[in-house]
Amino acid sequence: MTTSAVLAAAETAERRGPRPRRSAATRADWIVGYTMAAPAVLGSLAFVIAPLVAVFWFSLHDWNVLANTFVFSGGDNYERMLTDQGLHDSLLASLWFSIGLVVLNITLALFLAVLLNQKLPGTTTFRTFFFSPVVVSLVAWTIVWSFLLQADGGINGFLSLLGIQGPNWLRGDFTAMLSVIVVQVFKNVGMNMILFLAALQGVPEEIMEAARIDGAGAWRRFRSITLPMISPTVLLVSILTVVGSLEVFAQIAVLTGGGPGNSTTVLVYYLYQQAFRFNDFGYASAISVLLFVIVLILTLIQWQTRKRWVFNET
Amino acid sequence: MSTQQRRPRASLALGVGIAAVALTLAGCSGSAPETETPDEPVDLRMTVWTADESQLAMFQEIADAYVEDNPDTVASVTFEAIPFADYTTTLTTQLAGGNAPDLGWILESYAPEFVSSGALADIRPELQGTEGYEYDDLLSSSLALWEKDDGLFAYPFSNSPFAVFVNTDQLAAAGQASPADLLADGDWTFDAARDLSAAAAATSGKQGLVVRDFDFKVWENLATIWNGWDAAPWSADGTSCTFTDPEMVDAFTWIHDAIFVDGAMPGPGTTADFFAGDAAMTITQISRASALDGSFGWDVLPLPAGPEGQQNVIGQAGIGVFANAKHPAVAADFLAYFTNPQNAEKLATYFPPPRESLLNAETLGAANAKLSAEQLQAVVVDGIQGAVTKPTHVNFAKLQDTVRAQLDALWAPDADIEAVLEQTCSTIAPLLEG
Repeated sequence: MTTSAVLAAAETAERRGPRPRRSAATRADWIVGYTMAAPAVLGSLAFVIAPLVAVFWFSLHDWNVLANTFVFSGGDNYERMLTDQGLHDSLLASLWFSIGLVVLNITLALFLAVLLNQKLPGTTTFRTFFFSPVVVSLVAWTIVWSFLLQADGGINGFLSLLGIQGPNWLRGDFTAMLSVIVVQVFKNVGMNMILFLAALQGVPEEIMEAARIDGAGAWRRFRSITLPMISPTVLLVSILTVVGSLEVFAQIAVLTGGGPGNSTTVLVYYLYQQAFRFNDFGYASAISVLLFVIVLILTLIQWQTRKRWVFNET
Repeated sequence: MSTQQRRPRASLALGVGIAAVALTLAGCSGSAPETETPDEPVDLRMTVWTADESQLAMFQEIADAYVEDNPDTVASVTFEAIPFADYTTTLTTQLAGGNAPDLGWILESYAPEFVSSGALADIRPELQGTEGYEYDDLLSSSLALWEKDDGLFAYPFSNSPFAVFVNTDQLAAAGQASPADLLADGDWTFDAARDLSAAAAATSGKQGLVVRDFDFKVWENLATIWNGWDAAPWSADGTSCTFTDPEMVDAFTWIHDAIFVDGAMPGPGTTADFFAGDAAMTITQISRASALDGSFGWDVLPLPAGPEGQQNVIGQAGIGVFANAKHPAVAADFLAYFTNPQNAEKLATYFPPPRESLLNAETLGAANAKLSAEQLQAVVVDGIQGAVTKPTHVNFAKLQDTVRAQLDALWAPDADIEAVLEQTCSTIAPLLEG
């Protein structure tokens, strides 16, 4: 009989026998354990799980706040999504924003991290410099950028010194989207940079040295050793950045108000308009559910595909 | 083992917990309001968008006197200041959360939406039935926006006319004529204002004529201009778009050229604060006079005349009683006290009232030290009579945003104005019909 077969037999015998009485000590442990976990469990139940369930419930209703009507409408709000051109435009805007943000943010963060991983004088100062926007208030940061991006603002003032006539950044479809992306990238690139930096410092020096002795160049070492070794961090940063890009709101509200036209009306801003400007809480709840599903699917895809490209994952 | 057995029960308990919390949240939205007369003194709450301490102190003084007179029904009245930019959003969120204030200020643009929704209680019986209220003294033109069928759903406590403030120093430096003289000669037109502004801007290097708060987003503020062309965004019954009418096309062409051809108005993305000395003229409400600090010479004039004559425009704000509030009957009684002739005269310090007897230069002059009797007569008293309000619609929130998005295409030097306005009409047609 193998060990596993013995264990299985023992388990079966135990299952058949009388259920053991829980001792006083076990019960005390049980009470202490649940008591200590209660604040966190109740907190997430009240502030995470319950709102999620409530939003789904609301999404099945036609809820007009002003008229105080709350009528069950089944899947009407979801059907409406299929023909709502505004929603389709906002999904497209979100897609462009996410692609721009993820590509720019991760590339720049990795580039900065590799640069600042060198043992050179002044790197600490530069690390602090690039990280500092992360701790600045988002709205304050965006308001300062809104002044810089004005037609006669600081950026165009600087460009005019170089003899360049800058565009009206926030009034053109493309430049407005680009501006919002860049403002967001500069705000958060420091956080990703620090995560990459921590990962880079965990790459064993002896492997790099062995590669160097084998004649591998800098690019080859980065591609074949550094990148695979830090791939778990790349996965983490990718998930955080993609999810974060779908949740952008304050920058849009402060910088462009969704314009010009609807070119920067991303999904969350569209959701906000439906709920808080048009008082259509039922439809807005349905859009929230859509956003939840999109984030869930994207995260699952990244999680499932990690085995193919993340080092140490089997 | 025992863990495995407990799991279903734990899941069930979790599910029941979630459902209970969710249903409690959902229930908040659908609870019926308590309308019966309270047994004990109640606490009233009114939302306002002013944070001006002197204004809030005056409200509190009136409220305290009311509480003193009615100790059996009211324990306190609280004024909750909400920032203007988020006011309507915050208010509707409170309504959504089942936390309606008893009374609240309501912006004119949203008047039809609030009035038609049933969110507000009819206050006409209370106002008419209150002894000494002098209901007939209220100007019917001021009340029109807040009426539906036979009911009155808010009291228009503020009727502030739009006027043109001019920086006389900048105009004099540019060698331009005095707008007051032009007004006296009957030559105070939008074309004259544009030419003066363009000349002043060219000399000072600053901006010319600024429509305050427009900022290429709040397009309804341009009503102060297009009314001179007798233009309107939609028909009086709100069902058909009139952006493409010749009057509107002419008005928008004038505005577009003033920005991109004459340099008389600032372009998109340029901020200029008249009261900080950044511009030669501004169209704004008379209540902004308090922002003048004497750092430059100024004058205030009625809105200029357009091709179709001069049309006064006012910005209104109403006080409504929320039907879903805890104590609508007590709130309506307080509103009748808050706006009776004596208190309306006090409030006139800051808010031109809808009472005919109080609309005179003497009453208003006592409160507005910065304006002369002539300015008050010409701009405020005459400005309220026969005035129109900015555009309003029962579907205004959606219209505001949709039109804003469409007009964005207009604010470029080479814009095809007629095409943009046609596109605007075709886009908003479903919203007007709906």
